[in-house]
Amino acid sequence: MTGNFMTWKRRTSIGCLVAGMIALAGPVLAEEAVHDPLEGFNRAMFAVNEGLDMVIVKPVAQVYDFVVPLPAKAGVGDFFGNIADVRNVLNNTLQGKFADAGTDLGRLLINSTIGIFGLFDVASELGLEKHDEDFGQTLAVWGWDDSNFLFWPLIGPRTVRDTGGWVVDVYTDPTWYTLNKSVAARNSLVALRFVDVRASLLPTDKVVEEAALDKYAYVRDAYLQRRRNQIFDGSPPRLEDVLD
Amino acid sequence: MMKKLIALVFATLFASLALAQEAPDVLVKQVTEEVLDIVRKDKSIQNGDAKKAIDLVDAKVIPHFNFQHMTALAVGKDWRKASPQQQQQLAAEFKTLLVRTYSNALTSYKDHKVVYKPFRMNAGDSDVLVRTEVQQPGNKPVQLDYSLEKFDAGWKVYDVNVAGISLVTNYREQFGQEIRNSGIDGLIKAIATKNKSLEGNLAKADGK
Repeated sequence: MTGNFMTWKRRTSIGCLVAGMIALAGPVLAEEAVHDPLEGFNRAMFAVNEGLDMVIVKPVAQVYDFVVPLPAKAGVGDFFGNIADVRNVLNNTLQGKFADAGTDLGRLLINSTIGIFGLFDVASELGLEKHDEDFGQTLAVWGWDDSNFLFWPLIGPRTVRDTGGWVVDVYTDPTWYTLNKSVAARNSLVALRFVDVRASLLPTDKVVEEAALDKYAYVRDAYLQRRRNQIFDGSPPRLEDVLD
Repeated sequence: MMKKLIALVFATLFASLALAQEAPDVLVKQVTEEVLDIVRKDKSIQNGDAKKAIDLVDAKVIPHFNFQHMTALAVGKDWRKASPQQQQQLAAEFKTLLVRTYSNALTSYKDHKVVYKPFRMNAGDSDVLVRTEVQQPGNKPVQLDYSLEKFDAGWKVYDVNVAGISLVTNYREQFGQEIRNSGIDGLIKAIATKNKSLEGNLAKADGK
């Protein structure tokens, strides 16, 4: 008992020492710590996803990319981009960015009509800028700015916050509703969007493969950096330079 | 003849000096447009000639980068623990890795257009961010930002951000892991091994 207590006590004091050292190092480093306490689970899920990607997802995306001509692919991208503007209007409003919400609503109206159900992104041609927002970003703006990393097969990298955000995004996604009388049509749309997104990522595959010393860490840190950038709408506050 | 040659040498010297003293946003724009121009005209780069893309980057882009600073940023706090010689080796290997992997991206840049965002800086600034956006047909535009610092010889890039992802600091955890496991020399060896395997791929691609 005493032995255990002693070990516990020693561990705690070592813990305090380490924490103290980190705290001391803090102002010098000023780097954002990576929150990945579930790294073991995440790496396992990452491996599962890599397997699925290699066997099914990537080959399908490659066929799609090869067979479908560029104008059609652009149409598919624009169509789902238009649907995403529903989410953008909603989340810009929730974050109090009313001007952006207004622009995105304008985009939605123009692209759904003149742009023929969103197949053409006329609004961008007219100079109406898109403001990508999702519920994960809304949660971050509302104060949940730190969240542990999670990796899901097929869904890909997320954080705990962004997983919750993703569920809300699915519930507010018209794709799942407007066609819910025809399950087959809805599922086809969801599958098409999935393949389209994966196909758009094909050119980055090689770069990540070549650039990473540890692909999991590379993907995780890129995801966390990108989210930080999105949450701050493209201008995140600068982290301190280690050389300064 | 000799006079002409001397005039040419001076003109080139002057041109490169002028470029170095250029404002940071002008520098980014000039280098980008020059490289894009070459890519648009060069069929073999468009067809994926990685070696040629690397040579282009080496000649036109690298002189405007500060790899010492980039490597320090990528390594983080452990940088100060490295000896000057280790720092030099690290920077050399990291440079090779970055050039090898990201030169490839150029081969798909034929139809890309770069838009330069409005740039502001104050008179005394010695550290600035130049923001651009890459537009590609049928795809979302991608944010591409450069961090530059001022030297007597001109401005140098020390970080590149793609869609908010720093190509430099994205290595910090991976490098930290390597250093924790096998020290600075271990990290140098790990990057060198990676570079050798990439060189192997390059040779294979050449052979086919």
